[in-house]
Amino acid sequence: MLAIDLRNLTKRYGAVTAVNDLTLQVAPGEIIAFLGPNGAGKTTTIDMMLGLARPDIGTVQIYGKTPTEAIARGEIAAVMQTGGLLKDFTVEETVQFTASLYAHSRPSNEVLERAGISHIATRRVGKCSGGEQQRLRFAMALLSDPRLLILDEPTTGMDVEGRREFWTAIREDASRGRTVLFATHYLDEADAYADRIVLIRQGSVVADGTTAEIKNLASGRRVRATIATPNIESLRALSGVTQIEQRGDSLLVSCTNSDVVARYLLTETDARDIEISSQNLEAAFVALTADDATPPTVGARS
Amino acid sequence: MSAPAAASNLSALDGTRGASSLGGFNLTALRLEITRVLRNRRTLFFIVVFPGIFFFLFGLGNKQARAAGPEALAYIMISMAVYGAMVGNTSGGASVAVERSLGWSRQLRLTPLTPAAYVAMKVLASMTLGLIAVCSTFALGAIYGVHMPVQTWLMAGVLAWLCSSVFAAFGLFVGFLFPAENVMQFVGPLMAFMAMFGGLFMPLTALPKGMQDFARYTPMYGVGSLARSPLVGGATPWAVGSVVVWAIIFAVGAMIVFRRDTARV
Repeated sequence: MLAIDLRNLTKRYGAVTAVNDLTLQVAPGEIIAFLGPNGAGKTTTIDMMLGLARPDIGTVQIYGKTPTEAIARGEIAAVMQTGGLLKDFTVEETVQFTASLYAHSRPSNEVLERAGISHIATRRVGKCSGGEQQRLRFAMALLSDPRLLILDEPTTGMDVEGRREFWTAIREDASRGRTVLFATHYLDEADAYADRIVLIRQGSVVADGTTAEIKNLASGRRVRATIATPNIESLRALSGVTQIEQRGDSLLVSCTNSDVVARYLLTETDARDIEISSQNLEAAFVALTADDATPPTVGARS
Repeated sequence: MSAPAAASNLSALDGTRGASSLGGFNLTALRLEITRVLRNRRTLFFIVVFPGIFFFLFGLGNKQARAAGPEALAYIMISMAVYGAMVGNTSGGASVAVERSLGWSRQLRLTPLTPAAYVAMKVLASMTLGLIAVCSTFALGAIYGVHMPVQTWLMAGVLAWLCSSVFAAFGLFVGFLFPAENVMQFVGPLMAFMAMFGGLFMPLTALPKGMQDFARYTPMYGVGSLARSPLVGGATPWAVGSVVVWAIIFAVGAMIVFRRDTARV
């Protein structure tokens, strides 16, 4: 049985299509990153997985159940970005309150321990730092021992130290076999913590693969040269050329084999000032998720 | 519960778990909720200190009231108890506005707690605030010279408490209608206005005739009249009808805005 089964999800808000025919399957035990720029539809998709929003078209199944059934049985839990806490509860009271709502829950002290906040159990929530509040949300999410844990941009607004501690707690927990899906726009987080990365742009999946596969998408190089009248057709015919751009006299060629392109330019044309640079994950992310980017054909599962 | 170590193999992840009974309604949550609300000094001020001060001002410190005899003091005490209970119930219900603006309601939607159970806990917490208001004002009255037969104390107390719970529904209605953290700042003056027409701050007979007629249609009229009826009579069909009709109006209003609210999130 799939942990997450999203089929042809579409959600519109007025004239805006937040999620556009999105299909995604996640197997139990996967740690999957939902990567995309702000406004790509990550949160809307997550809201539909949690039953907080209803898709206009398409179906959502969480371990074979509707989101509402899965939540009622504590099979799915989420750490939301901000809010969702009462300032005048203590940390411990917040956890006890939430625990009391479930038919079965882990003991409060155990989840506080696992989230690394037992030392501030008696502190008022209003007096906790952003990172401590986020670990409290994590502790609350652990109460029902969910089979699926969803984190929506969990480290937004945290300092470097807070982010590191938060991910340490998540990673320790995930090693127990829980399915984890997290949304982020931090590439390094997706790279460091996920087994699989799903890139989304304008409400659709534009790339989906293992972290290595996504990195390969981005492993190409860029060749820049000054040339007055390049023969675009010949360039396109070279092996490994993915994109050609002209800016005045400048020619920019994105490719997987820069040697071939450079050799061609130097031997067959009058190109000069040749520069070769490597693209990083950051550039791939920008390229894949930019509004005018052509969806790549590599690595996309359907 | 088993030892923490047992969690390491995610033993509960076998898919055989059950749903919460009563939609998640439980006494632990209710207790924590009430503790939390009482921690708010502002709330305590309005439901305990404020009615107490009014009792001293209008009652003990008022020559006319003292001249009118011990019954006048009891009358003022019951009125103040009703006022405190009404504020307590309204603020308890209206706290849903704060919880929505803070995102707590959204957080709760990720738990098995059903909307009906949430509202039920809110009503019970609100009624607890009402009970605290009635008890504290009555205690103050007992200390400072109010004398009534035992059954009058009991009847007046129970009626003040139960009738004012109509305002829990009013608070929920306002809370779901205006999701603002400071909703009580707007509702406060409105309640003082209603309290006046309920005869809580002065006997209605002290008002001009036209105002007295108008007062009969306001929400506090029936609640105030019924609460004082064990002392001075006045449990008329109109008073009973007023409480019932306003209870229905507020409850239906709350239900409509609540439905609209849960459909939207």
